[in-house]
Amino acid sequence: MALYSEKVMDHFRSPRNVGVIENADGVGEVGNAKCGDIMKIYLKIEDDTIKDVKFETFGCGSAIASSSMATELIKGKPVSEALALTNKAVAEALDGLPPIKMHCSVLAEEAIKAALKDYYDRNGIPYDAADFPAEPSCAHCETGE
Amino acid sequence: MRIYADNAATTSLSPTAKAAMMPYFDDIYGNPSSLHTVGQIAKEALTDARRRIAAVLNCAEAEIYFTSGGSEADNQAIVSAARLGERGGKKHIISTAFEHHAVLHTLKELEKEGFDVTYLDVHGDGLITAEQVRETITDETCLVTVMYANNEIGTVQPIAEIGAVCREKGVVFHTDAVQAAGHLYIDVQRENIDMLSLSAHKFHGPKGIGVLYARRGIRLTNLIHGGAQERGKRAGTENIPAIMGMAAALEEAAAHIEENAAKTAALRDRLIAGIGKIPHAALNGDAEHRLPGNVSFCFEGIEGESLLLLLDDKGVCASSGSACTSGSLDPSHVLLAIGRPHEVAHGSLRLTIDHNTTKEEADYIIDAVTDVVASLRAMSPVWRDLRNGKRDYII
Repeated sequence: MALYSEKVMDHFRSPRNVGVIENADGVGEVGNAKCGDIMKIYLKIEDDTIKDVKFETFGCGSAIASSSMATELIKGKPVSEALALTNKAVAEALDGLPPIKMHCSVLAEEAIKAALKDYYDRNGIPYDAADFPAEPSCAHCETGE
Repeated sequence: MRIYADNAATTSLSPTAKAAMMPYFDDIYGNPSSLHTVGQIAKEALTDARRRIAAVLNCAEAEIYFTSGGSEADNQAIVSAARLGERGGKKHIISTAFEHHAVLHTLKELEKEGFDVTYLDVHGDGLITAEQVRETITDETCLVTVMYANNEIGTVQPIAEIGAVCREKGVVFHTDAVQAAGHLYIDVQRENIDMLSLSAHKFHGPKGIGVLYARRGIRLTNLIHGGAQERGKRAGTENIPAIMGMAAALEEAAAHIEENAAKTAALRDRLIAGIGKIPHAALNGDAEHRLPGNVSFCFEGIEGESLLLLLDDKGVCASSGSACTSGSLDPSHVLLAIGRPHEVAHGSLRLTIDHNTTKEEADYIIDAVTDVVASLRAMSPVWRDLRNGKRDYII
């Protein structure tokens, strides 16, 4: 279908890093079922590096592709780089998303941030609260309710 | 391989309809309003098509108005009844919560003008009753508009019973029969239908053409002003090729209506039984009072758009009522109207087959849906939570 780029369809059809990490160092879940998308990210962190990352997603094609791409972009990278990942970078790596699907890339960014925040909290690592959205946004569906 | 299971969206053009159209692209190109021979030949064709369509619906030729399709017919029917009511000081309209947007959005416009619209609650089985209509009619009611069959969940409403109530109460009754025409036997007299909309491309006719039937004595309000076509009620040179294709398609559908319905319904029930074996899947709408070709399910733990994309990869063309496929923020108003919560309404699938669908195709669809639902659930955090008891199953 022409709705999505080939890159999106590739990551949707063959998503990378699907699954669960038992004993993960950080877990983040954003979105809600009522809106129609939930992303959950599991991180394994060693030496300040993302050693492994897995995701589970309930959502549309672009939500699954965004999760897959986001995990690829942070895997093996320093935590600081993962923290700096933007939704724009996810969308660009997918060769773009339709405007009404941009929120999927936002969810991917927020899911990773939520998992990193969980990692910091668990380990008592101080962080700048400004790096994390207080309440992960779900703007597209808040306005729809 | 490609299996087309989206006949509620549109159908293929029947070879009979196509053959009926061709002469009107070539030799018979006249304008029926012209006085000369070329025009008069076209006019004869137009009259013939009108007569044949009227015969199928059991009404008079003068009661058939050609429109650009179902949406225009719905708009004109509702606006006309509203204007008639307004003149008599009646500004109350009765409809249902799960009508097509061509009806709902027209009613919203009338509400802005001060009309009072009651949207009847649809029961969980996707049906309303004539009794609900009877209880809601007041001295102010000028129109009851209830769809013949629902486009998403396929439930067939008790039209003859509603028609009888409206006739008894002297209220104009319109039905959007876009999904029913050509698939179910319709008799506007027996069913006391005052106005009816249909669209040719839903029964293997061409796109861009439809009919508004309006019983004699119901004065229509023009939506399109201009020439005197359609008894002065719908201006614009007639789309003769499309009209001829529609007449041929409707006659063909009517001639085979029972055998087609029986064959299609048998495969529909095969699909419902096969897909129904998927755990935590639920049929939307009553199994019995249902269009012969409609299969509509909700699946727990998955989202409809990803389901459609993966089915398309397997060659199955279907549709869904999820928000992601509707282009809006909310899932289908039809699924919400029958009480499906947002969470499962997002995970809906509509398959609409026809008499051309084969048993082998139905079995392939069952396997494809089963596989795709399983693979999406395998990566769904919602499904994991349901299985682990962290979230309660809804269906």
